[in-house]
Amino acid sequence: MTGMIGTMGMVLAQATAVGVHGSLGGLGAGLAAIGAGIGIGQIGGKAVEAIARQPEAISKIQTNMIIAAALVEGVALFAVVVAAFF
Amino acid sequence: MYNGTILNLKLFRLSAICAFFLLTGLLPKAAFSQEAAPAGTEKKFDAKETILEHIGDSHTWPVVAEKFLPLPVIMYTDKGTDVFSSGKLMPEGTVYTADHYSYKLEHNKVVVVDASGAIDEAASKKALDFSITRNVACMFMAIIVLLIVFMRVSSAYKKRVGKAPKGLQSLLEPLILFVRDDIAIPNIGVKYLRFMPLLLTIFFFILLNNLFGMIPFFPGGYNLTGNIAVTAVLSVIIFFVVNLNGNKHYWKHIFVPDPWWLFPIMIPVEIVGIFSKPIALMIRLFANITAGHILILSLISLIFIFQTLWVSPVSIIFVVFMDAIELLVAFLQAYIFTLLSALFIGMAIQEHHHEHEVL
Repeated sequence: MTGMIGTMGMVLAQATAVGVHGSLGGLGAGLAAIGAGIGIGQIGGKAVEAIARQPEAISKIQTNMIIAAALVEGVALFAVVVAAFF
Repeated sequence: MYNGTILNLKLFRLSAICAFFLLTGLLPKAAFSQEAAPAGTEKKFDAKETILEHIGDSHTWPVVAEKFLPLPVIMYTDKGTDVFSSGKLMPEGTVYTADHYSYKLEHNKVVVVDASGAIDEAASKKALDFSITRNVACMFMAIIVLLIVFMRVSSAYKKRVGKAPKGLQSLLEPLILFVRDDIAIPNIGVKYLRFMPLLLTIFFFILLNNLFGMIPFFPGGYNLTGNIAVTAVLSVIIFFVVNLNGNKHYWKHIFVPDPWWLFPIMIPVEIVGIFSKPIALMIRLFANITAGHILILSLISLIFIFQTLWVSPVSIIFVVFMDAIELLVAFLQAYIFTLLSALFIGMAIQEHHHEHEVL
């Protein structure tokens, strides 16, 4: 465990020595994108499974999936806004 | 088979258009040309600055290329009010002396300068800018469109009582009934009629401004719902409506948590919740719409960053795809804002459901 952390630290130190372009804000936005990807992927996956179980409910499932995806995306965008402006 | 069957095929016409653009890619002047700049002052394309300029506000209303409509600049200063046309401040950097102070445009903001052009920081901070900027003018335009459309629809309903809807009525009826049946009634319940005007206004205002923002040429292409001040006003309205209509059970739920011993944690959480829900509404709408605009502008800027015509098929296909998604996002964000507003209003006015004691 400490070995892994040590190597990660060395890689980061060398990267900054070489000159990584970007800012912590960009890193934050990237992490937010990971969160959004995982969340919306889960929503989509469960929705597709539900459609496979009960194809006649497809329009209700689709509506709820889109609403849930928009809400999760909202959370990711809060993080992007904070990353961009603070 | 009839004569001219090859020339009539849609596919042939399509391939002729594609071939034209491919051939222009072979001409180096057309494919790699840059804006003609005098020798020595070649300006490199700054993507970030262009994009921020396009999603921001400005004191003039650009029509096409370099032509613009000047808009009034209204400055409330401690010496009095200055009203003049922003045409006097263009091109950027021109100093104009109004009745009380002199002004100059600095990065699309009006700042107070002294006679020589140096910025006067203290006076600029005190001068309040109430100008009709492009966002304000376009908002007025959207409001006028909304008023015209909805007054026609409502008068049509009065004239054609009991008859089937016709024309503009039949275009808007599904949307209005959608707001009533899928947003208002499930969330607010029996007393929905009182809040229908608010919900309809919010829905159509956000929808219309989102859609106008996606039109790339003259009166459209402005970023109103992506302006945090506008979304802040909408959420402040929701905040006041929710809290002024909250009944006893709403306040009891906030200040008297169910197991009494949880109150040190629950009361702060609930109080933060009163404010965080409208703030979330504000940021969600602002970030979604602004992010969409930035994305499309960045994809188009790819052509200018690479400075070649060959990137354009890739760029255009991406942009068409992103525009379709942005259309969905325009509807979706209007729907989500209205849905969550109806949800919060419903939570504030609902009657007490008898809680069962958990054994």
